[in-house]
Amino acid sequence: MGATGLAIQLAFVVAAALFIFGLKLLGSAATARKGNLLSAVGMLLAIVAALIDQGIVEFQWILVGMVIGGVIGAATARLVQMTSMPEMVALFNGFGGMASLLVGAAALGAGDSNTFILVTIVLSILIGGLTFTGSLVAYGKLSEKIGSGAVTFSGQQVVNSLLVLAILASAVMFCLEPANSMWLYAIIALSLLFGIMAVIPIGGADMPVVISLLNSYSGLAACAAGFAINNNILIVAGSLVGASGIILTQIMCKAMNRSLSNVLFSGFGSVSSAETVVEGEIKPISVEDAFYVLEAATSVAIVPGYGMAVAQAQHVVKELCELLEENGCEVNFGIHPVAGRMPGHMNVLLAEADVPYDQLLEMDEINPRMETVDVAIVIGANDVVNPAAREVESSPIYGMPVINVDKARTVFVLKRSMASGFAGIENPLFYKENTRMLFGDAKESIGGLIREFS
Amino acid sequence: MEAVFLTFILMLSIFLGFELINKVPATLHTPLMSGANAISGITVVGAISLAGTGQHDIAQWLGAAAVALATINVVGGYMVTDRMLAMFKKRGK
Repeated sequence: MGATGLAIQLAFVVAAALFIFGLKLLGSAATARKGNLLSAVGMLLAIVAALIDQGIVEFQWILVGMVIGGVIGAATARLVQMTSMPEMVALFNGFGGMASLLVGAAALGAGDSNTFILVTIVLSILIGGLTFTGSLVAYGKLSEKIGSGAVTFSGQQVVNSLLVLAILASAVMFCLEPANSMWLYAIIALSLLFGIMAVIPIGGADMPVVISLLNSYSGLAACAAGFAINNNILIVAGSLVGASGIILTQIMCKAMNRSLSNVLFSGFGSVSSAETVVEGEIKPISVEDAFYVLEAATSVAIVPGYGMAVAQAQHVVKELCELLEENGCEVNFGIHPVAGRMPGHMNVLLAEADVPYDQLLEMDEINPRMETVDVAIVIGANDVVNPAAREVESSPIYGMPVINVDKARTVFVLKRSMASGFAGIENPLFYKENTRMLFGDAKESIGGLIREFS
Repeated sequence: MEAVFLTFILMLSIFLGFELINKVPATLHTPLMSGANAISGITVVGAISLAGTGQHDIAQWLGAAAVALATINVVGGYMVTDRMLAMFKKRGK
């Protein structure tokens, strides 16, 4: 290793330290922005170090790639709406996967190849490929370019098993005969197909789990590519991302009281057959009456769900929140971990509307306070506030931790119609004695309340 | 020996990753994911060394394509994360 080589390796060490320190600063909202900046500096350092490598004799194609990628990346980052963050993250997971696939495939031609390197090449192609197509399907479902429902067909399990066997067989053959490029193409094609097959049976409501998992895979693919080209920084950065995605996946699964294999292998649609008989009647309320109740309230808890994002209601929610506070009322937000289509989705939307983050309470913080709350306002959330999760043992979501809005003195549910949630589960909340339904578009209903106040 | 050494790094960084990410509060999970997108763009480092060999073979073209894709992640990921984190404000500010 020459002096340049040593400098490059040292730069990678510093870059890794910056990534780690950046993630550490992400532990608090007050320091997070600085953390992201440090992480970006680390990345810049790693890229510069890679560029001064003496093995690089031609820069034009690197430059072309960087300019194209930089322009697309910058434009997307500026233009994307906060409601569309899940789609953007899904798409970026896919790009990361594809990049690792390409690096893995290119590494085959570049260096010496013992069995260990061949295995890691297979892994980077396999994980990268399935992350790519899996993410594209997830993107399609999230942006509703394709149906967001679970696609299942008879014999799906058999087809998928055969696919796994075919991948294993091609992988073994590839390691035995690396010179025969047929096996390489087979692995690429099969892993791309596998990504599609793995994500189509998963419904839209389970997307928080899927994009967390694909996030993890995009890191693991980078990690495998690091092994294939013998590069430390790829391994360190890739495994940090891999760990991050796995933790988020676990949190999401726990918040839905389901195992990961249950999310991945059984379409949620199949459980809707479990009928629950709900007693009581639906009691609608007018905007005017809702205003009188809110005007008298001293404590309000707002529980948002994906419906708030769809209705783009976060700004009017903030406005209502300010009016209530001026009226001497304490307002808090209760955020369920799986509210929205990705982890933390609601928090970003509310932050965009200038709601301070210390007003956003996690489920475990808001639940003990619920009995002292005068009015709980549910905006476009359904399954995450369903008391059947506590009370009805036959319910498919029984055992799932929910926000106990029904324990508040009064509950307002803002809802477009009486259609049930994604999971197709009856919600006894709507029939409770203390529940009032405020039908209509969430944005218009809240707009109406604001007009009543002023 | 190289393989063992790399696996050792892998093991340590996975444990480190778990420790770090467990401390990230739920309110920051979306920026965490987009930031992770950016970090997974580290593949660009590998792609650069493949795209600059000057051999005009298939590996170079694959490398150049990988540079473009990974750069989307790096630039887009860090920028959008910054955009989001700038919106997070404490009460009374």
